[in-house]
Order: sequence, then C-alpha cells, then structure tokens
Amino acid sequence: MIFVRGAAFVPINAQQTVSEWRVSNVTVSKDKIHVEGLTGDAAIAHALKQCDLDVLAAYPITPQTIIVEDFQKFAANGEVQTKVIPVESEHSAMSACIGASAVGARVATASASAGLALMWEILYCAASMRMPIVFTVANRALSAPINIHNDWSDTYGARDSGFIQIYCQSGQEAYDTTIMAFRIAEDHKVLLPIIVAIDGFILSHNVERIEMLPDDEVLKFVGVRDPFISLDPDNPITMGPLALTDYYFEFKEQQDRAMYEVPEVFAKVEKEFEKLTGRKYGMFEAYRTEDADIILFTHSTPGGTAKAVVDVLREQGEKVGVLRLRMFRPFPTKEIAEALKSAKAVAVFEKCRSFGAPSNPLAIELRTALYDLKEKPMITDFVIGLGGRDVPPTTLVEGYEKTKEYLKKGESPLYETLGVRK
Amino acid sequence: MEPAAFKLTEMLQKQKILSSGHRMCAGCAAPTIVKLMGMALRGPTMVCEATGCLEVATTIYPYTAWEIPWIHVAFENAAAVASGVIEGIEAMKMKGRYKHDHVDVIAIGGDGASFDIGLGAISGMLERGHDVVYMCYDNGAYQNTGIQRSGGTLPGQETTTSWAGKLEPGKRERKKPLAEIAAAHRIPYVATVDPYHHRDFITKFRKALEVDGPAFIHAYSPCPRGWRSDTSKSIELAKMAVECGIHPLYEVIDGEEWIMSGPSKRLKELIPLEEYWKTQGQFKHLFKPEWEEFRKGVQEQLNHDWELLKKRCGVE
Repeated sequence: MIFVRGAAFVPINAQQTVSEWRVSNVTVSKDKIHVEGLTGDAAIAHALKQCDLDVLAAYPITPQTIIVEDFQKFAANGEVQTKVIPVESEHSAMSACIGASAVGARVATASASAGLALMWEILYCAASMRMPIVFTVANRALSAPINIHNDWSDTYGARDSGFIQIYCQSGQEAYDTTIMAFRIAEDHKVLLPIIVAIDGFILSHNVERIEMLPDDEVLKFVGVRDPFISLDPDNPITMGPLALTDYYFEFKEQQDRAMYEVPEVFAKVEKEFEKLTGRKYGMFEAYRTEDADIILFTHSTPGGTAKAVVDVLREQGEKVGVLRLRMFRPFPTKEIAEALKSAKAVAVFEKCRSFGAPSNPLAIELRTALYDLKEKPMITDFVIGLGGRDVPPTTLVEGYEKTKEYLKKGESPLYETLGVRK
Repeated sequence: MEPAAFKLTEMLQKQKILSSGHRMCAGCAAPTIVKLMGMALRGPTMVCEATGCLEVATTIYPYTAWEIPWIHVAFENAAAVASGVIEGIEAMKMKGRYKHDHVDVIAIGGDGASFDIGLGAISGMLERGHDVVYMCYDNGAYQNTGIQRSGGTLPGQETTTSWAGKLEPGKRERKKPLAEIAAAHRIPYVATVDPYHHRDFITKFRKALEVDGPAFIHAYSPCPRGWRSDTSKSIELAKMAVECGIHPLYEVIDGEEWIMSGPSKRLKELIPLEEYWKTQGQFKHLFKPEWEEFRKGVQEQLNHDWELLKKRCGVE
C-alpha cells in the first residue's frame, strides 16, 4: 500500500484553480477584482446576480438552498432587477422557467436530488423546446434512504434529458462557469438549457477564496439575451404543439444537432472569458497525463483529490495522471479518446451506480469513446462516495493499486465499489 | 383597451383567436368557450395551455388553430408556465426591454389538469398573486385519454375508470368544489361560467382580466363523445346544467363576497337531476331500480349544496 498523507492535500484545489492558471495579460485590472471567501453556493449566487437575470424560479432543497437564499437577499435589497418566483415545487420551477424563457427573458433555477427528480418530466420539455435556461445543481444523492449528501445520481439521471452538463471542481470554477453558461446556452447555434453542477456540501458549503469580476465586466460579457424567437403578440406563434409520427422525429434530429454545436460555442466563449480573466478550463482538464501509464478519470471534487494523489504518486515514481472531465453532455468523445489513447489503463471513479447496468454512467460513456481505438487502454470502474461517503485520497490510491494489479493480470471486473462495507 | 364584444355585430369584428379547421370533435363546447373568451379580450394576450383535448386537437404540427401567442409545456403545469410568462414580461418591462405596455396572460386546463394533476400548480399561482386568469374548461372527465374519471366527474357518472356495473352506480364520490377552493385563496375574482349564457360569460371573463392579480374561471363544457349525448345538444345541456344546479353561476370577490349570477338567481326552483341525466348515455344506468336510493342521495346532496350557495350569496 502506498502511504498518502491526507491532510497535506486540503488547500491545493483552491490554490490551483485561481493562481496557477492565471496569466499576466488579462484585460480586467487586478484592483478591480473583488476577492471574498464564499461557499460554492454563494459563488454561484453572486454569478447569477451579476448576469442580470430577468426571472429566477426555484424551490428550496438542501444543499442548493444557499444559492436561492442569497439571491433572494440581493432581490430584497434591490441589488438585482429580477422577478423571483418562489414556486410551490421544483416541477413548477422548471415550468415557470420555460414560460419566462419563452417570452424572451433570461432565466435560471437551482435544485438537487429529489427536486431535480421532480423536475425530470419538464427537463425534457425545456431542452426540446430549446429554452436556454441555466440550471445550477448542488449534486446530492437520491432517496431512499433519504440522504442530503453528495453523489451524482441526480444529474446522471438527467443525462438523456437534452441539457448540457458541466461539472465544476472549485467555487471559482463554479462562479466562472455559471457566467459562461448563459453565453453558451443562449447562443443561437445552441439554444439548449445547461446544468452547472457542483458537489453538494463538499463544494456547495465549503468556503473558498473567490475572485469576482466587476459587475459591468460581467454584464458586458453576458450581454442582454437576444431571443431567436419568442411568444410575441405582434408575431403570434404556437410553442409546444403536438407532433406525432410524422414530425416528432425531426424535432429530435434538430435537437441532437444543436448538441453537436456546443463544443465550438463553448470554446469561443471560454476564449473570451480567458481574455477577461486569464482563466480557462476546457471540456476536460488533463493533469500530468503525458507518459502516464494509468490515468485516473473522474470529475467534480474528486478531480481535485485525484490531482493531489497523482502529485504524491509521481514523487514515488509512479507514471500516473488525471483526466478531470468537465463537460459530460455533450460528451467530448473524440477528444477524450485522443487524450487517453496512449495510456495502458484508465481508472474511472464515479459517484453513481446504474443498477443492473454492465457498469456505470461515466465508465459506459468512456468505454464507448474508446471502443474504436485499435489499441485500447484497460478500463476499470470504481463506484465511490455514494450518499456523501467521504472519498479520501486513500480511496483513489486503492483504485489505482487495483488497476495496476488488473493490468498485470490482463483482466479486470466491469466495475466494483470502493469504500463500502461489503 | 379594446372593448369586449357582446352583440353579434361586435363579435364579428373582434379579432379571431381560434381559427376554424381545428380537430375538436363535433359538438364539443370547448372551442365555443375559447371563442367566448376571445370576445372578452382587451388587447395583446398570451395563452398557456395544459395538455388535454383542446391542446392536442388545435395544434397538430405543422398546423395550429391559434391566432394569438400560445404555449403548451405539459399536463400539470399550465399555471406555473403562466407564472413564468407574466413575470418574464414584467421583468423585461421593468428594464425597458418590452414593447407592449400590457399583455394579458391566460392559462387554460381541462378538469383533469385543473381538479387533479395541476391543482398544486394552480394553488401556487393563486397564492403568489400573479396577474393571470386561469380558466378550467370542465367536461367532467379525462376525455382526451378516453373518458376516465377525474375529481370533476359527477356522482353517478359512468366513465372508463368508474364503470356502472352490478355493484357500482358509476362514480360514487362527489365533485370537488374547485371554484370554492380557488376562492378560498382570497384572490380578487372567481366566477363560474357557462357557454349558453354567453353575455354572462363574456362579462365575467372581462372582469377576470381587469382585476389586478389572479382570477379563476370555471367553465362548463359539454362533451358529446364522453357524455354519450347528441352532438347538436351541447349548448342545451350547458343551459340545463345551470337549471338543475349542477353548475350554478356565481362570482366570488376577494374570496369573501359571494354573488349569485342572474341565470341562477332567476331560477324559481331547480329542475330535477333526472331530467338532466336522461339526456346523456353516461347516466342511463342510474334509472335501473337498484340505484333509486343512490339517485335520491345525489339529488339531496345537490339540493343541500344549492341551499348552501344561496345562503352564501344572500339569496332567499
């Protein structure tokens, strides 16, 4: 067993996200940047505040609640010009977002877990009706047993809904991604709703150092929403009609094509954001993957832990790296295959079990992405951290060690669980 | 503000909101109800509709019968969608980004969407006070999915989930008092309407649009297909529903002031329910001798409700 010192890793995530990626030639001068210690939820609330929302419709659910509480406080103090709709359910939250988006307003909501599950029907409507809604999620386990802590079952459950999905590792990244999300979703080439996800409690409730842009810079960056088409008395249209065997499929075909426009628009938006802040994140982050024999593949907060683990393992002479995914939908299939093709094995760590499935959502995507490679890395899939079970560095090391063993043996199980009493 | 159209000549001049050529059944009262609603409009208007007969039969892609902006999202959420529509417009107005001074927002749902699956969303919309008119067109069952019982189905009514049989007289339970539930929210305006009494309908719908805040309209909508009634008799059945007290006409202001409307107030006495039941195949089993007691019970319950309403409205 490789010895890893847990405590030493704690501050690394925050430092890396803000300082190391900073470049010198940013357009916003340093003295205009406001730095504050904020929880992940509060960072998102601040981003939403600066994006000049027209409507926010949301229903309380832990661990997302702070986003809406903070936003309501901004509204109560006149710091935002937003109509906040305190709906009676998440189902109505997403429904009200669609209504507001349909008339051309900029809208957002926030939820998690059971709330997201209650929205499920309407998620599909939002995507298919091409409403660019920004949906921030503090990932939380689904009942039963009822549990308020983090895993990814909620948003993975919505993976086929047609929402773009981006997962963040830090509070700074959540702030930045929320701002960029409006530009991506509202782009006329895309016009799709977008989920910006952070790990419940681990990120939503922990305070990190957040660098915030001046309000006017964010406003300039996001602009005013320019709807492609909207409900308008001067040009009456019918939205959400019945389409049966003769047209439904064409709607879906168009929706599918819109998804494929996302990477290009995403790259364009990130480039502009980088000019403004010096920060960019990509569809995924490759960390010390060149020459790596084994690559740890995960996202959200375990991505930060994995990088710290890799640093220590590298010191001990192990050839290991991390590929931290950000964009789960659309899945950057080709780019990921390219980034992983020379590894001997990829160890997937994911906080979801797809019951009865051959493996789990993240590994299933990855296996598809790598299937056409002539020489495929071995894939191991570790289900970790369900219901907020802590994922210490040792869990990732255990997965790494197992992967090494399986490589030696030349075979591995389709998936296994780590960190659970069996 | 455009005036409401009451006279035939005015009606002909009013902008049409639903074109002909839609695919509603022969004799269905819902398109008539929508057209009467159109006579009350005062300017730019948007409609948010729940899934149901009216929705599926008027917007079969690539066609639409709607000549005003219209949106459908799902079955249970028309009130929530309407909340978003009105607040989206209000927000853009606040920021000087909206070209119309005022847009009226109407949400429409059938009895399934309103009495049952969408009741939570309606209650939320009413409680939050959005300036929306919600109209339920009540045809007494989930007619769109094939005549299943709803909270709006009448006692004694046979549906495909409340069959009349050796043991059952159709639905046994009473009808949910939806307009009263809406009024209990203490919203500015609640009214029941009926397509036969078109002047009363248009007047009330106009009032509903004019109040600040939410209003609720409960419209009775005969359905020949589900009711097993003559397609040429729908408006007559609507008239009878008022006369027998199944759908009394009244208004409730601020949840407190109950006003019985002329057509109901002028009734010397209710016509027996049996007269109404006779017109529809969905009640024919009730005339079997074994359901005599049940028939009496339903009539007594209705009489009781009628007296209670009269008392509330201060009618002797």
